[in-house]
Amino acid sequence: MSVATTASEPTTRTEGLRASILQRLVVRPELGALIGALVVFLFFSIITDKFLSALGVSNWLDDASTLGIMAVAVALLMIGGEFDLSAGVMTASTALVTGLLVVNAGWNVWLALAVSLIFALAVGALNGWVVMRTGLPSFIVTLGTFLALQGLNLGVTRWVTGTVQVSGIRGADGYQSAGWVFASTTDIGDAHIQASVVWWIVLTAIAAIVLMRTRFGNWIFAVGGSLPSARAVGVPAARTKIILFMTTAFAGWVVGACNLLRFSSVQANQGVGLEFQYIIAAVVGGCLLTGGFGSVVGAALGALTFGMARQGIVFAGWNSDWFMLFLGVLLLSAVLVNNEFKKRAERVRR
Amino acid sequence: MKSQVAPPGTKRERPGWRRWRRLTPWIAAAAVLAACSGPGTDQTTPAQAPAAVGKLNSVAVVTHGSPGDAFWNVVKNGAEAAGDQLGVRVEYNSSGDPSQQAKLIDNAVAQGVDGLVVSMANPDALRTSVEKAVSAGIPVVTINSGEDKSTAFGAIGHVGQSERQAGESAGKRLSDAGKHKMLCVIHEAGNIGANERCAGATQGFGTAVTLQVDINNPTDAQARIRGALEADSSIDAVLTLNSQIAARAVDAVRESKSKAAIATFDLNDDVVRAIQAGSLLFAVDQQQYEQGYLPVVMLKLYRSNLNSVGGGHPVQTGPAFVDKTNVDVVAGLVAQGTR
Repeated sequence: MSVATTASEPTTRTEGLRASILQRLVVRPELGALIGALVVFLFFSIITDKFLSALGVSNWLDDASTLGIMAVAVALLMIGGEFDLSAGVMTASTALVTGLLVVNAGWNVWLALAVSLIFALAVGALNGWVVMRTGLPSFIVTLGTFLALQGLNLGVTRWVTGTVQVSGIRGADGYQSAGWVFASTTDIGDAHIQASVVWWIVLTAIAAIVLMRTRFGNWIFAVGGSLPSARAVGVPAARTKIILFMTTAFAGWVVGACNLLRFSSVQANQGVGLEFQYIIAAVVGGCLLTGGFGSVVGAALGALTFGMARQGIVFAGWNSDWFMLFLGVLLLSAVLVNNEFKKRAERVRR
Repeated sequence: MKSQVAPPGTKRERPGWRRWRRLTPWIAAAAVLAACSGPGTDQTTPAQAPAAVGKLNSVAVVTHGSPGDAFWNVVKNGAEAAGDQLGVRVEYNSSGDPSQQAKLIDNAVAQGVDGLVVSMANPDALRTSVEKAVSAGIPVVTINSGEDKSTAFGAIGHVGQSERQAGESAGKRLSDAGKHKMLCVIHEAGNIGANERCAGATQGFGTAVTLQVDINNPTDAQARIRGALEADSSIDAVLTLNSQIAARAVDAVRESKSKAAIATFDLNDDVVRAIQAGSLLFAVDQQQYEQGYLPVVMLKLYRSNLNSVGGGHPVQTGPAFVDKTNVDVVAGLVAQGTR
């Protein structure tokens, strides 16, 4: 596989100028996210005594993991210049499809998971196809999908089960093996590491390699940077974007499966509003809202910051009334720091 | 094993060691897999908390209420009041998302709190976390919902009101008032408690139509209730499941010139005033202040005196009814955030 230079890999450009190490660092989109994560980590490690304990670490890693799986996929899509507002509800939709097939139709868990994966990929492909076909902003198209899925989730669940949650997947055929893949815990010392953490790390690594080291990764930057130019140089824009929408849907399926098998139940209103958290994590991680620039590792770090802050506030024993205020200030400052780095990065590039 | 472990930093390594080193990640992976365990199945039973006399210093309260919800604010007030009086540090956290709530419970366990209070709107989702707390030796009291799973998960007690029973008695009361067709207003899609109340009310009343509104959008809620009343003039009773929605229902009934009687779950200033004015028939009060207050007391008694409360049965906080006969005495308590 040939290693191609991407538009967003300015290190190769600055090499000729013998740029200092500092300058080379500054142009990385994930640097701001890394600093933010370190600050939050040190802050809570110092002011609380349990944050850094084995149980504490596994707790905030757990919180960051499902958010991170989604944030990584959403970051790819955002670099490709699009949004997916249906990503949050998708985590519930896939879990509901699986849950209903297992609990109400008596299917094997793996078979139900396969069907819900096909469902997710179909919705993702539909999102991408409509966006490319109509030229409508993905914000609008996926807002439609978001509402439609939300309605389907509630309507179908109540229609089939008579209540608003599906539970009782424990004991179904294939629950043991599927649970092992999506919801097992690994004990390392006192730390209980959830399977979702492993998924998060593996998917982040794959996505980072695809983005930085493959031709498809170049296509993502190209379609996000400038669609007409990308088309002009022969990038299959429609295919690229449709695959990106399918990627977020796939991530939604992974998170849905992790949640369903771990908590063995799913609520019809689950996931609503989470799409913004994914976008926030990606933005904290250095993705531009306008597309064409960003990083997968940064998005994963953004999710980590979010998880550390969310659980750290609880560890610190602060009054939960102020929780959202702190989170808002934290995110805003992370984005401001990022923005500053981006400006410097652009100065370096020139 | 023949090959010797070379000290780190040595440049020359024996080939045998190099082969072993290449295998190291796989050995590590195998070791990790060996420590791996699947999610709990139905068979597992939690280890009971060791019964030893000790001191209760800190209690974590983790509920499924959304922040800013007036109902849960009263629960929080109750727990904090008990904490102040008993010299116990009480930390309140909540999330409406069951997976997030489970993580908040894990967090409390990681902090090593002395007692845990959990509301279980979605017991299955919280099961692993609650059982983990129990086997870590943290006594758990469940509140509000999830009473039928409380003992099975290893909790030392449950404080709450059966939503279905409360709904049933509310329905019966409306039926006794001579009403024939009821509209049950669900204010939160996907809320299992609301669903249970409506199901119970339907059972107690006979038949009912349900209506879905959004509690975060009061204008829409009022318009939809009005629309439902105008569309079906035979509706002569409206049951709301939340005090904020009750006020919207009162306005909607007035605007639509319907003669329907209104009853609600939960209290607030508007509900008190509406009962005083006669536009609201009654409110079902589950006295949620007790759901915050009593568990802290129960945990204190358990820790210091090994007492249990309820004798294996849930402690019922409701349903109590507030109507014209007792509304005036309750009004002041509602204003101070304890009823």
